[in-house]
Amino acid sequence: MPPPIEFELRRRTLLAGTAAVAAASVARLAHAQEQAGSAASAQQQSDIALTVNGTEHRITVDNRTTLLDVLREDLHLTGTKKGCDHGQCGACTCSVNGERINSCLSLAVLHDGDDVTTIEGRGAPGQLDPMQAAFVSHDAFQCGYCTPGQIQSAHAVIGEIRAGIPSHVTSDLTAVIELTEAEIRERMSGNICRCGAYSNILAAITEVAEDQA
Amino acid sequence: MEFNEPAGQNLFDNARLVGKPAARIDGPLKVSGLAPYAYERHDVVEGQLYGYPVGATISHGRILSMDVEAARAAPGVRAVVTTLDIAPLALGMLNVARLFGGDEVQHYHQAIAVVVADSFEQARAAAGLITAEYATGDAADFDLHAAFERLQGSGDPDTLVGDVDTAFRSAAAVVDQMYHTASISHAAMEPHASIVDWSDGERMRVWTSNQMINWTRGSIATTFGIDPELVQLESPYVGGGFGGKLWLRADAVLAAIGSRAAGAPVKLALPRPFVMNNTTHRAATVQRVRLAAASDGRLTGIWHEAASHSLPGGRGENATAQTPYFYATDTMRVKHHIVAMPLPEASDMRAPGEASGHMGLEVAMDELAEALEMDPVQLRIVNDTQVNPSEPSQPFSERNYVACLETGAEAFGWSDRSATPGQRREGQWLIGMGMAGAYRGTPVRPSGARAILENGRLIIETDMTDIGTGSYTVLAQTAAEVMGLTLDEVEMRLGNSLYPVSSGSGGQFGAASSTAGVYAACMALRGEIGERLGYDAPEFSDGLVVSGDSSQALADLQGRFEAVDEMTIGNFQDNYLLATFGAHFAEVAVHIATGETRVRRMVSTIDAGRILNPTTARSQLIGGMTMSIGGVLSEEMALDTGRGYFVNHDLAGYEVAVHADILDQEVIFLDTADAVATPLKAKGVGELGVCGVGAAVANAVYNATGVRVRDFPLTLDRLLGGLPELA
Repeated sequence: MPPPIEFELRRRTLLAGTAAVAAASVARLAHAQEQAGSAASAQQQSDIALTVNGTEHRITVDNRTTLLDVLREDLHLTGTKKGCDHGQCGACTCSVNGERINSCLSLAVLHDGDDVTTIEGRGAPGQLDPMQAAFVSHDAFQCGYCTPGQIQSAHAVIGEIRAGIPSHVTSDLTAVIELTEAEIRERMSGNICRCGAYSNILAAITEVAEDQA
Repeated sequence: MEFNEPAGQNLFDNARLVGKPAARIDGPLKVSGLAPYAYERHDVVEGQLYGYPVGATISHGRILSMDVEAARAAPGVRAVVTTLDIAPLALGMLNVARLFGGDEVQHYHQAIAVVVADSFEQARAAAGLITAEYATGDAADFDLHAAFERLQGSGDPDTLVGDVDTAFRSAAAVVDQMYHTASISHAAMEPHASIVDWSDGERMRVWTSNQMINWTRGSIATTFGIDPELVQLESPYVGGGFGGKLWLRADAVLAAIGSRAAGAPVKLALPRPFVMNNTTHRAATVQRVRLAAASDGRLTGIWHEAASHSLPGGRGENATAQTPYFYATDTMRVKHHIVAMPLPEASDMRAPGEASGHMGLEVAMDELAEALEMDPVQLRIVNDTQVNPSEPSQPFSERNYVACLETGAEAFGWSDRSATPGQRREGQWLIGMGMAGAYRGTPVRPSGARAILENGRLIIETDMTDIGTGSYTVLAQTAAEVMGLTLDEVEMRLGNSLYPVSSGSGGQFGAASSTAGVYAACMALRGEIGERLGYDAPEFSDGLVVSGDSSQALADLQGRFEAVDEMTIGNFQDNYLLATFGAHFAEVAVHIATGETRVRRMVSTIDAGRILNPTTARSQLIGGMTMSIGGVLSEEMALDTGRGYFVNHDLAGYEVAVHADILDQEVIFLDTADAVATPLKAKGVGELGVCGVGAAVANAVYNATGVRVRDFPLTLDRLLGGLPELA
C-alpha cells in the first residue's frame, strides 16, 4: 500500500509544528471575513483553543461550525467521518475530555479549552492501539467509513461499563455491570455500520476487553 | 489473455495465498482514519471551495422562476448556478433522471441549484436563501398495487415454458399469493461526495466515491459533451456503495459546474436527506406468485408476475429476476411490469431484482411446503436442477444447491423444527425456525491491469475499486501468488482512470473478474521478465525467477519490467449458466405482546466457487445477512403519496439494522471450484447474502407465530393482530 498523501501531509504538519495548521485555517476565515464585512463577521466568529491529540490549536471558527468540521476542514484530521451530520449514525464519534460525543452535533465554539482525541490520536499504521489492531484482525469493517467512530465508541463502551454507567439492557442497577455481549451491542447501537460488520466488531471489542481485564 | 475454455489444473489449485484467509492490507489505514475518502482530499489541489446543493421541493412539474439574489449577496459566496441557467445536461450511462439543467422537475430533491462559497457554513446558509416558484405537474398516481391489478396478464411474458394454465388445473397443491416489498435505500455510510477541479473549463479532475471508474468517466464526458480523455477520475476508497455509486450522480455534476463557475476546485457532499431522494433506490415491488406441484413436491408450474415503479425509461426492480433459473418445473410464466411514477430514480441495489424477488418466491415455497405437508428443505431438494429450467439445453457451470441445503440444515439443527407453527414458547417469546434458498447470477466481465516490477518491488495498477469488498487484498493475494512473492511485497494502486480499465465493482462480478485481470497482467509480466533475462520457461516461487540451473531473486532485478494485459471472456461461457447458490436458516423470537422480532441466530451455506479470501468473503456474507435483517424487519422508504417523495429521508426515520439487532451469525462456504467461471475458478459472493435471508426470517416468524405476513418489512403492526391472546 502506498502511504496516502494525507498521511504524508500529516507527518509534514507535525514536523512543521501546529502553527502552520492554525495559520492556514485563519487565512481561510480571514478571506471569508473580507467578503462578509468585518463588523458582522466579527460577531459570527470566535477564537478558541482546542487541544487535539495532545497538540494545542488556537483557531478562529465560524460560530456555526461543528466540532466535526473544525477537525476535518480546518485541522485536516479527516479520520473523524461525516456520515449524516444529524447525530444519527455515529461516524463522527470522538472523545472530548474523556467522553464520547457525536462531534457533528456540537458546535466548535462550545469546546474552547477542551481536550479532543480523534482516531488519529489512537494510533497509526505500524503502531496501532489494541482496539485498532483487533478491528483489523477480526475484519471488523468493510468500507471503513464508520470504523473510526466504531473504534472510538468501542473504547468508550468498555470504560462506561467499568464505570458502572447502566444501559437499557442492564438488569440490576445495584450490581456490578458485567461486560456482556448484550451490554456491548446495546451501547454500540449508536454507531451504524451499513456494511454489516457488527458480529466482527463485537468479537474485536470482546477480545480487547478481556485482554484488559 | 482470453479465457476461452474451462480452466484446467493450474497454480491456484495448490495456492499459497489465494483461497487462504488474509487480513485486509488496507486495514491499518482504515482503522487509523488515514484512508482518504473523496471529500477528504485536502492534499490533491489548492484552494478548494465548498459547494452545497439545492433540491426541488415538488415531485414533478416545471420551475417557473428562481430567486438567487439573496444567495449571491450572502457572505463568502463565489458562485450560484441554477438549473435554469444551463440547458438540460445529457444523461449519463443508465441514468434516467436528469442530474441538472433545464426547468423540468422529474422527482423530489432533484438538484436545481448549486452554491459555491469559501466555507461549508456559508454555502449552506446561502443555499437556504434560494427560492423557487413551480408549476406542479398533474396529480400522480402512486398506487403500485392498483397498477399491478390493471397490468396483470398484459404484455408478452418475459419467460414462457409450456402451458401453465393446464399445470395449475391439474396440480395436487397450489399456492397463489400476493407479496409486497417496500422501497429500500442503499444508505451507505459515506454520502455521495466529489471534489472536482474544472477551473479552466478544459481538463477536469474528479476525486469521487464511485464503484465504476470507466463508466463514470464516460458518463461525465457524455453529460458535459467533452472528450473522455480530458477527464481524470480517482476513487481509491469508497465508503460503501451497494449499487448506489455505480453511476454518475449529482455530487460530481454540481461540483463540476460549481468549479467551472467559480474558477476554482469545488468539493461537494450530498447532505444525508439528499441520499434518499436525490440518488437512486431499490424500487418497491408487488408480486403475485403462483406455484403448482405434484403430490411428491415436484413443481409443475411457476407463475411469477411482478410490478415496480420507475421513472420513464428505467428498469425498476425486477422481482422475477431469479425465477426463470432457480427451480426445475414443467411450465413457467414470468413477467415484470414497469410502472412509471415521478419518484426518485429506481436503479440497482445489491442483487437488483433478486433481493426483492426472493421475498415472494421463497416465502411462496414455504407456503407450498406447508400445503404439501412437506419439509421446506426437502421441497427445494426435489426441485433441484442441473440445467437452466427456462433453457434446458444450457447446463449450470456448477450448482451445489442441494449440498447447501443439506449442509446448512445439519449445521443449523433444522431437524429440531416443529412443522406446526406456534409450538415453541420461552416466557413471553414465541420461537420459530425458517429457511430459504438463495440464487444469484454471477456474471464475469473483462478486466485489465498493469503489473510493474521496479527495483524488486511489485506494483499492480488497475481502475478496480474497493467498496469494502476486499479488492485491495484479494488482488494482492492473486498477484503475489502468480509472482511467487509474499503479500507485503505487493503494492496495490486502485481506483484511478489512469490505470487499465477493470470490471469495476457491482453485480457481484468484481472480485472474480478483476482477479482474473490481475492474473493476466502478472502472467504477461512473467513473460516479459523471462524474455529480458533470456530465461526459457521461467518459474516464479519463493521470490525467485528460476529457469534450469539459473535463478535470480526478483528483489535483485534492476530496472523496470512492465506488462499490461486484460482478461477477456470467450464465447464458450455462453454455453453455460453461471450462478451462485445458498441456503439460509434463521431462528427468531417474536414477543407475544409487542410483536418485536429478534433474529437469534442464522446459518448461511454458500456455493460460490473458490472463495478467494474466506475472511473478507465471510464479511460480505454477514454484511448481507445484516442488511437483510434490516430489510425484512424495519427498512422502508415511506412514500408520501400526496407529495411524491420519501419522507423518512435520514438515518433516524429510515431504520437500518444496528448492533443490538444482530446476534449469532454463521457462514459455511462449500468452497468448490467453478472452472467455467474464471482461471481462478471463483465466482461472486457479495450479493448472495441479500438473496433469501429476509425470506428465511419471514418464514421463521411464521413458524414462531402462525401469522403469515406477505407485506414487507415485517413491522410490528403487521403481526400484532394475529398473535395469540396474552395468558
